Amino acid sequence: MYDADKIITGLIIFLCLITFPIYYNIATGKAAYRPEPKIVTEEKQCVESKGYMRAKHMDLLEEWRESVVREGKRVYVASDGKQYTMSLVDTCMRCHWNKAEFCDLCHNYVGIRLNCWSCHTLPKRD
Amino acid sequence: MMKVSRRGFLKATGLVVIGLVAKPLFDTLSRLELPQLSARLGTLTGKRLAMVINLKACLAKDGCSDCIEACHRIHNVPDFGNPKDEIKWLRTVPYEDAFPELKHEFIAKGLKGLPTLVLCNHCANPPCVQVCPTGATWKREDGIVMQDYHRCIGCRYCIAACPYGSRSFNWRDPVPFIKEINFGFPIRTRGVVEKCNFCEERLAKGLPPACVEACWEKKVLIFGNLEDPNSNIREILHLHYSLQRKPYLGTNPQVYYIIT
Ligand code: HEC
Ligand code: HEC
Ligand code: HEC
Repeated sequence: MYDADKIITGLIIFLCLITFPIYYNIATGKAAYRPEPKIVTEEKQCVESKGYMRAKHMDLLEEWRESVVREGKRVYVASDGKQYTMSLVDTCMRCHWNKAEFCDLCHNYVGIRLNCWSCHTLPKRD
Repeated sequence: MMKVSRRGFLKATGLVVIGLVAKPLFDTLSRLELPQLSARLGTLTGKRLAMVINLKACLAKDGCSDCIEACHRIHNVPDFGNPKDEIKWLRTVPYEDAFPELKHEFIAKGLKGLPTLVLCNHCANPPCVQVCPTGATWKREDGIVMQDYHRCIGCRYCIAACPYGSRSFNWRDPVPFIKEINFGFPIRTRGVVEKCNFCEERLAKGLPPACVEACWEKKVLIFGNLEDPNSNIREILHLHYSLQRKPYLGTNPQVYYIIT
């Protein structure tokens, strides 16, 4: 192979340059960013445990939706026996009324946009 | 290769057949309950919600629109101000348009042009349900024809299928045309079909439909369960001559009209 040294050096320089943003983020601590959704309610706990909510809230919401709309059942019995009215606006958002600093914070981070809010409108709050 | 005699083969086949039919046969023969007929077939199990509209007593002819206003306020129904984009839950049409087959030259004076309340008929045999490709509209066991906005893809087959014009498509963003948003009930967006839901969300709380409540004293609108032989609505239908809209189509509307 002709000019092997030059080619390999060139390749190494190229690799360093192209991966630079990754090292840069690690060095400045940006890569460690994760959203910290803010809890604003006085209540101490969510409908289910925090870990479950974090991982499964979309499934829970879908279950609620199917139950209310398709089966006409509107009361949810949580695993601790507490009862909740199954409603996105009247239940979830009553405690988590700071949508922008809660739901949106995470969802922007993972790059999803919910279309729920165009129908499930939230009252203005100040 | 193993030699299988004709006799051996037949025996094995017989055993396999017995094995396959044993469970279904046992299940069928050991069943105790009678077959349940579903609401979809028009034969209902226990509940059949319906409405009677007393046309002569209705004050829409004098400009009353209490029921329409209550319905539209509670369900965030927009008012676009033009019939092309209109979202129709509860509205009035002239008597001849509601009952085109009863129209003739010498129609009674009191009925001619009489504003007649029309809404989704919650048909016992709903054509909209049959054509919906996503299952977004279906008939509940209690007779309400439901619309699931989460599954509606806006294909509008149901609008074409409904012979009463009870369904509307959201061509435009309704938000600027809603006077005051009721946050207790979701609004709809461009691209879905919507219609009257017999106030299913209020019934769930034990409340009567909004239009019935708005007209409580005048008793123009009567709501109830037709499967209950002692219900008020059954008695009223018993005592009066009643009409359904376009009954010859076989949809069996569950909104009845009395005109005497
Ligand atoms: C096209 C409008 C529309 C969109 C978009 C929409 N919904 Fe709904 N949703 C409704 C309507 C209408 C109801 C029926 C409310 C009732 O019957 O009380 C409903 C009911 C529900 C219910 C049960 C009752 C309640 O009041 O919360 C849940 C839970 C729900 N939707 C979740 C969602 C979620 C999650 C999303 C987004 C992924 C979403 N919806 C998007 C219109 C919509
Ligand atoms: C009674 C008030 C209340 C209701 C109702 C409620 N939440 Fe919560 N939620 C909380 C509280 C308090 C926490 C924090 C729990 C903890 O720290 O252990 C929380 C935590 C969460 C989390 C996890 C946040 C994180 O940092 O990981 C999610 C996701 C969530 N809720 C979503 C929902 C959804 C979706 C609904 C409706 C189905 C809902 N919540 C209803 C009070 C509520
Ligand atoms: C701790 C971060 C976090 C919080 C807080 C949070 N979500 Fe989520 N949510 C997620 C993630 C991550 C996903 C995407 C999961 C996936 O795509 O598999 C998601 C998905 C969803 C989905 C399904 C979206 C889809 O397109 O399928 C719904 C609905 C939803 N969230 C509702 C809510 C609501 C309502 C709130 C506020 C009450 C909320 N979430 C708060 C992290 C969060």
